[in-house]
Amino acid sequence: MGHLLEVKDLKVTFALRFGDLTAIDGVSFTLDRKEKLGLVGESGAGKSVTGFSIINLISKPGFISEGKVIFEGLELQSLSDKDIRSIRGNRISMIFQDPMMTLNPVLTIGTQMIETVMAHKKVSKKEAAEIALEKLNKVYIPSPEKRLQQYPHECSGGMRQRIVIAIALLTDPSLIIADEPTTALDVTIQAGIMDLLIELCNTENMGLILITHDLAVVSQVTEKIAVMYAGKIIETGPTDLIVKKPRHPYTKGLIKSLPGAQQPGETLNQIPGMMPTLTDIPKGCAFHPRCEIHESVCTTKIPILQEAGQKDHLAACHLLHKTLEETNGAQSTPEQDN
Amino acid sequence: MSDRWSRFRKSYLFYSFKRDPIAIACFSIFIFLVVISFAAPIVAPYNPYDTTTIDIMDSELPPAWMEEGNENFWLGTDIQGRDLYSTMLYGLRTSVIIGIFAVIFQAFVGIVVGLISGYFGGRIDAFLMRITDIQFSIPYLIVAIIASAVFKIAFGANRFEELAIPLLVIIIGMSEWPKYARTVRASVLGEKSKEYVEAARVIGLNNRLIMFRHILPNTLTPVLVISTIQVAQAVMSEAALSFLGLGMPVTKPSLGSLINLGFEYVFSGSWWITLFPGLLLVTFVLVILLLGDWLRDVLNPKLYKG
Amino acid sequence: MFAFTIRRIIQAILVMLVISFIGFAVQYSIGDPVRDMVGIRVSAAEREALREKLGLNDSFWIQYSRFVRNATRGDLGTSYFYSKPALQVILQKAPATLELVFVTAMIIVLVSLPVGIYTAINPKKLFSKITMGISTVGVSFPVFLTAIGLIYLFAVELHWLPSYGRGATVNIGGWETGFLTKDGLLHLILPSIALSSIMLPLFIRLIRAEMMEVLETEYIKYAWAKGLSRRRVWLLHAFKNTLLPVVTVFGVEIGILFAFTILTETVFQWQGMGFMFYEAVERSDTALLVAYLVVIGVIFVLINTLVDILYGLINPMVRIAGTK
Repeated sequence: MGHLLEVKDLKVTFALRFGDLTAIDGVSFTLDRKEKLGLVGESGAGKSVTGFSIINLISKPGFISEGKVIFEGLELQSLSDKDIRSIRGNRISMIFQDPMMTLNPVLTIGTQMIETVMAHKKVSKKEAAEIALEKLNKVYIPSPEKRLQQYPHECSGGMRQRIVIAIALLTDPSLIIADEPTTALDVTIQAGIMDLLIELCNTENMGLILITHDLAVVSQVTEKIAVMYAGKIIETGPTDLIVKKPRHPYTKGLIKSLPGAQQPGETLNQIPGMMPTLTDIPKGCAFHPRCEIHESVCTTKIPILQEAGQKDHLAACHLLHKTLEETNGAQSTPEQDN
Repeated sequence: MSDRWSRFRKSYLFYSFKRDPIAIACFSIFIFLVVISFAAPIVAPYNPYDTTTIDIMDSELPPAWMEEGNENFWLGTDIQGRDLYSTMLYGLRTSVIIGIFAVIFQAFVGIVVGLISGYFGGRIDAFLMRITDIQFSIPYLIVAIIASAVFKIAFGANRFEELAIPLLVIIIGMSEWPKYARTVRASVLGEKSKEYVEAARVIGLNNRLIMFRHILPNTLTPVLVISTIQVAQAVMSEAALSFLGLGMPVTKPSLGSLINLGFEYVFSGSWWITLFPGLLLVTFVLVILLLGDWLRDVLNPKLYKG
Repeated sequence: MFAFTIRRIIQAILVMLVISFIGFAVQYSIGDPVRDMVGIRVSAAEREALREKLGLNDSFWIQYSRFVRNATRGDLGTSYFYSKPALQVILQKAPATLELVFVTAMIIVLVSLPVGIYTAINPKKLFSKITMGISTVGVSFPVFLTAIGLIYLFAVELHWLPSYGRGATVNIGGWETGFLTKDGLLHLILPSIALSSIMLPLFIRLIRAEMMEVLETEYIKYAWAKGLSRRRVWLLHAFKNTLLPVVTVFGVEIGILFAFTILTETVFQWQGMGFMFYEAVERSDTALLVAYLVVIGVIFVLINTLVDILYGLINPMVRIAGTK
């Protein structure tokens, strides 16, 4: 057996009235147990769609048109509806962005936990409730018995996200996909939730895909990063390489725009322009209209991922020779800060 | 005038209209029906109000294409021997007049109440909204039926029949105005907080001027959308009242009283006296409702739900 | 919940006071209780004596307070035509109307829920498109036209079903029911279908729209991500959230159903309160008319209050807010 999860040349298409729209184009990556992958990009880059396509839960009219998702030896994209349901929420759990919206407002927390256990395990209601209590304890929720009787709106946002994490743990999955798990929370409790998630991945021996627009968060907690732009992975590699020696101009821009990359008092850097919408992706490299160093080749030819200096570090850019020099020059600044 | 017309032709409303075949069809049918009903004295082959042209021997004739039909009366005749087609045209005219005036009446009352309520707020608002609450808790049709029953007993049947049209306008208007009041109040509350109202106050314009010249125009979109649906509703209410004998008398028929008239003869097989006015009523109401739906989708105002 | 209930009760009393005021104003201005009691062949002097005795020469407000006091004791005046207490006449007619409304409400619930849910889940299926088309047209059909159509087709042409009346009824403790005989049930079919035809299109559209909105929410997507069965996602997670707005509207619309019973009962000569009201107008039976107004007011207020409480029971957010 190979990796826990292997995504190969994934292509997701939305069949719309005026034609097909490719939302995800040739995305590939692998993940092992205990490994944490950060999927980074602006909103609309296709990172959430990638997350949902792993469990084949793309909103209509989207579907996986090409490629494979191999999880624990199973090709998920070709499983029947019934078979994929036995994977969803069982072997692969998801954590959504806004805990205020993910829990059903009219069902008790107990109901929503017990139903998940009973959908996947042949246990009695009482045994399911015990599992629920055990997992609530794991996420440090005080008086969990009381919580089971409560409705979501009786809990705070941070508490609800802990409950959502507990639900993710119910069936002892081997992979968790967390889609912006802390973005909707108060800044003061974000770190606590993230620490909890990372700690549980390590102790429970699970793989984690962390989908976020926040490069600062992933750089602290993941081993690997894949940066997405307009439906493609444009740079991927070990976290420290991506953060310290980014090769794609877009990744460089992202890192430069992090608060802390400047001196106090300096204005924050930002990448000029906006990400293109799926309906009008530029020819050639999708990033070239915003790229400061683009050349004529960038406007015609689509760059493919290629090795960028080190093993496992890939970037999709025609001008890697140019970006190498720049990286070496600019590298000193963030390092001095640390 | 031509300036306005060209501006209208470039508007989003007209653009969406051109691209929506259902809206075009509905609008054409609506205009067609309104025109032929108002042109009834010219278009209709007979005058159903003129008793001298009616021959009781012609009564209950089936439509012209049927065996016993008479080619002079292509949709047949009613029990008094009136040409059904002509009577329907006159009846539709009555229904349209009552529908439109009832809506104007209720819109006027509702807009005034809504403006006052939303603009002044406080106790006046609480009082007026309490009244609309109470009226909302009683279905409009019950209000209309009871009001017309009371009028009918109070005026006596003969006087009621003479005054039927204005009375129905008032009755239907009274039973429906809270819908306007709520909607207008809601949009006034939205508008009131905007800067231009504040500015108008600062330069010392008086309340009435601000309300009617500045706030009112901005509440007209939801009012327009409701009004289309309310016209359909009013025509339906009028038909229901007339069917119960609480509306237009048989001598001055509306579509509802024609259906009522025909109902008694359905058992003897004279289905056409009921069917044709019924179909005309359904068509008229349906095209207005579809137009209303289309307007709502295009203009997308915030409407009061309820 | 306590404060909430008190508020609802105060509002209910207020509505009843307004209705009784309107009722009394009608009675005061157009009614003639003396005629109602003794008929018209009584001398003017005797009438005047009776007026004095009945307190009809008292001021408006004194008479109104007497009217309210009597009403709370169940005395709503005397029907001229029946020569009986008006309330007694209405209560005799009430079972017919209540049974008709009950069966209609059942039809509405049993048809609109599955159809609404199905069309929300499968908006592109042919059945859904046809249903939506029919319901659009259905809204513009007046109930009396539907009723006449049904009578013409099933009673006059096909002779399958009876066209008017309640058929054979059984008296159980003063309640005349049509539920217990085959004849009574057959007579119920056409009126209840006609009456439900006004609300069905509306409810199918409402349930479909609300359900489609709910199906787009995050918590439904999350329910799918948990690997729950379709049944559970659709019929528990989505449906329970769809129900909240539907219950409120249902309460209001049941009230409107009572209004439409006047039309339906008239067409089918159904011996209920609606037909009684129609006849009372024809006969200028003011006392009965006013009594009907008050009774129907009580029914609306009861339904509205019940629906509010039911809403509180389904919606945990109201329930908790009330207990705090």
